[in-house]
Amino acid sequence: MPQSADAIKDYATLFQEPEYQAMLDAKRAQMECGHDAETVAETLAWTKGWEYREKNFARKAAVINPAKACQPLGAVFAAAGFADTLSFVHGSQGCTAYYRSHLARHFKEPAAAVSSSMTEDAAVFGGLSNMVDGLANAYALYHPKMIAVSTTCMAEVIGDDLQAFIAGAKEKGSVPADFDVPFAHTPAFHGSHTTGYDNMMQGILSHFWKDRDRQPNGSLNIIPGFDGHCVGNIREVCRLLDLMGVDYTVLGDASDVYDTPSDGQYRMYAGGTSIEATKAALHAKATISMQGACTTKTLALCREHGQETAELAYPLGVEATDDFLLKVSALTGTPIPSALTLERGRLVDAMTDSQAHLHRKTYAVVGDPDFVTGMTRFLLEIGAEPVHLLATNGSKAWAAALQSLLDASPFGSKATIWPGKDLWHLRSLLCTEPTDFLIGNSYGKFLERDTGVPLIRLTFPIFDRHHHHRFPTWGYQGGLSVLVKLLDKAFDVLDAATGDLGSTDLAFDLTR
Amino acid sequence: MPLDHAGPPGADAPAPGDTDANLHARLITEALGAYPDKFGKRRAKHLATTDLTKSDCGVKSNVKSIPGVMTIRGCAYAGSKGVVWGPVKDLVHISHGPVGCGHYSWAQRRNYATGVTGVDSFVTMQVTSDFQERDVVFGGDKKLKAIIDEIELMFPLNRGVTIQSECPIGLIGDDIEAVAKEKSKETGKAVIPVRCEGFRGVSQSLGHHIANDVIRDWVFPRADAKPDDGFETSPYDVNVIGDYNIGGDAWSSRILLEEIGLRVIGQWSGDATLAEMERAPKAKLNLIHCYRSMNYIARHMEEKYGVAWMEYNFFGPSRIAASLRAIAAQFDDTIQANAERVIAKYQPMADAVIAEFGPRLKGKKVMLYVGGLRPRHVVDAYGDLGMDVVATGYEFAHKDDYARTLKYVREGTLIYDDVTAHELEHFIQGIRPDLVGSGIKEKYGVQKMGVPFRQMHSWDYSGPYHGYDGFAIFARDMDIAVNSPVWSLFKAPWTEGTTGAPAPADMADAAE
Repeated sequence: MPQSADAIKDYATLFQEPEYQAMLDAKRAQMECGHDAETVAETLAWTKGWEYREKNFARKAAVINPAKACQPLGAVFAAAGFADTLSFVHGSQGCTAYYRSHLARHFKEPAAAVSSSMTEDAAVFGGLSNMVDGLANAYALYHPKMIAVSTTCMAEVIGDDLQAFIAGAKEKGSVPADFDVPFAHTPAFHGSHTTGYDNMMQGILSHFWKDRDRQPNGSLNIIPGFDGHCVGNIREVCRLLDLMGVDYTVLGDASDVYDTPSDGQYRMYAGGTSIEATKAALHAKATISMQGACTTKTLALCREHGQETAELAYPLGVEATDDFLLKVSALTGTPIPSALTLERGRLVDAMTDSQAHLHRKTYAVVGDPDFVTGMTRFLLEIGAEPVHLLATNGSKAWAAALQSLLDASPFGSKATIWPGKDLWHLRSLLCTEPTDFLIGNSYGKFLERDTGVPLIRLTFPIFDRHHHHRFPTWGYQGGLSVLVKLLDKAFDVLDAATGDLGSTDLAFDLTR
Repeated sequence: MPLDHAGPPGADAPAPGDTDANLHARLITEALGAYPDKFGKRRAKHLATTDLTKSDCGVKSNVKSIPGVMTIRGCAYAGSKGVVWGPVKDLVHISHGPVGCGHYSWAQRRNYATGVTGVDSFVTMQVTSDFQERDVVFGGDKKLKAIIDEIELMFPLNRGVTIQSECPIGLIGDDIEAVAKEKSKETGKAVIPVRCEGFRGVSQSLGHHIANDVIRDWVFPRADAKPDDGFETSPYDVNVIGDYNIGGDAWSSRILLEEIGLRVIGQWSGDATLAEMERAPKAKLNLIHCYRSMNYIARHMEEKYGVAWMEYNFFGPSRIAASLRAIAAQFDDTIQANAERVIAKYQPMADAVIAEFGPRLKGKKVMLYVGGLRPRHVVDAYGDLGMDVVATGYEFAHKDDYARTLKYVREGTLIYDDVTAHELEHFIQGIRPDLVGSGIKEKYGVQKMGVPFRQMHSWDYSGPYHGYDGFAIFARDMDIAVNSPVWSLFKAPWTEGTTGAPAPADMADAAE
């Protein structure tokens, strides 16, 4: 009997016990009508070859393991950055359950959002009454100061008009006439979660900024973009700006709502950008987007209102952080303080100490476009070589910009950029042209298993490791923590390769 | 023929008495007070305290969720792709529509399966048609055909595909059935269209039903038309129906059934192959674990093929022993003797588990809110450990589930159907249970209130919980949750009397 009360075996080991192995073998042999082991092994080997890769890249219709989610997820994330704001997703209710689960699994935090719960009758008659009832209930039960409305694809396909519906709901008294209900149409059949982020951010800002006079001041707006590390990163950006001593507003600050304490109280709302601050942000001199590919429409709105805009691409590492600080300095006329010069020097010092272990190591990077660009830039500046750079939701323009970054570095020549490709493409790339390491999210663990390329988890979503999002990846401090992750994985791999007692452990060095 | 219940084990323990019923009734009234009148009245029908003299729990169920209230429910797609079809391992399941649904449900349900992923098993893959605007405008049938062709190229060992419809499919008038017939004729493999658009019905439940109907209409007829494959039946052939092998549940059940001398010829649908589904009508008896999600097809098999069915419950030694005896009673003396032998073999281990964990868990109050069968089926497993389920409810139950539930619970138990986040939080605060068992969306908020929590959909990434082997893990996991030292750390020593924090007595209780 495999189980016992004093040494309980669970999912991880129970089924490796002989009783279970025999049972599973018998099931396979007698009941499953599967393929024989030889056929499976041959087919597996074939899926790892060049012929398969060519067929795989010839795919035009099937999308297999794409590294992207749909728009409303980004919209719900964007709305979470505003104080006392409840996301209201108009359409089928299952979608909202999915976004909430997805965000909770990554942040290990509750993620509140309501749905208008549309069903067949709404498909026929439209979802107006769902909006009217839904806003009334959400307002009464959850006491938000703002309700941010986005849409599932159901509402988009039947053509529900949010502006008219929200106005209709206000007329019926669902929420007070002056209650803030910004909205964004977020069709899942266009773009990805980063598009949804952009649409909701634009929707919220245009709601508060429209028809108001701008009286420019010297303040800056910072838009973080869709970022699984928002908790650590927004706090790090605030710290840098506080050290600079500039006036700024983070537009969409989800660092508190996704990092609430355990002290006996559940906070549905925590922190976030207040309505007053959002309104006042109209007067800012400039808006800096930390992730340009996430904020195309939002920055266009800022420019329409007369603000200067600047876009970064996930400021990770030395030069990207330099660019951020220089941009802040140029826009505000504030010098960069010596404390930051010191910090910069410390990151460069750490890189100097360790670069030999990463020199010419090869990497595949997958994630949202801005992340891939930022990560690539850091790899180049430490002397590592990016090889496969893939963003399922990356555009041709993104690829072109990243290509110029690669062209400018002697370490960029091995790289190929793959916009629009999925993780099944990446599997073929890693099987035929393996890299030393893979940088991505938790879905990368399937690639690590299939190809043997070690995975470093550095971007959204991270489900199977805990709390990474609480540490920054941006700024000099973020660069340091990313550097340590790259090094830890490299040393772990090296120790594993030299760690067999009495055989490979000749090189099992104590000091590396 | 539902399993007869003699009443929960430990029924002779002190009953909570009227005071609990009064408390629960008061909490219901309070929770309803927050709703706008019309919706308070509607929600009132879904909340009750049990009266054991009645025929069910006295709540209305399986009706539309109210917009804007933060229902925890999902959708029909989740019920079909996520629950019934997704675990069938040798079929490629196409999430047909925009990218999101397949993304959020990708590899999240822990339906363990043997096989080589991407070669002869496809459970943990996300294959989608990634609908774009043009697909919505011009229709997706042509693309769907191309996808099925490409799946044949990429995954030649597949036994077929299923088409899991997302919301837009039913709204734009695509004819996936025509595509299925055409492609199946061409490839000779199963091509199975499922109309599980998320807007259909009121919850996951209709998705289960639709998925069952599709087995009836697209799997069995095809199998019936095939020439006899020479499969030799035996008098001891059974199917396990409605076990999704979460963390290996179906395996730790199957091992017991085989040990009593039965032959499991189909395991639905955790770790299932298409062959196991096609063969099922040849069984003597269908054993149903999750009644809610698969009773439909069991009834069909009874009517069309004369396969009897019965429910069983493999949570906790009391119910396992009762179920093994009830199952064995359908067979001959040998099987009945085997059942006694198996119960005698495992009971000492179960007793040792209870001796180990029971003293730390005895008398602890549990609240549940889960899905198909667990809100009732686990009640006696908690009872085996001396724990007391004081409140329970379902996301998507029907009237017959609430009738069955009454046989498990005590007088005055709080029952909530399709509970809203607002209600659940109020009930938890009012009852202050020692443990809540629910889902990922509920987990982190509950824990922040200082209440121990286990996910009871995914087993909180543990399991299996079925069978004797699973009971040991269940007991250990409940102990891990309830008796962790972290619950005593919530209150900073310098914040005596901080508002919002739980009373010290509550915290001490939880930490005992």
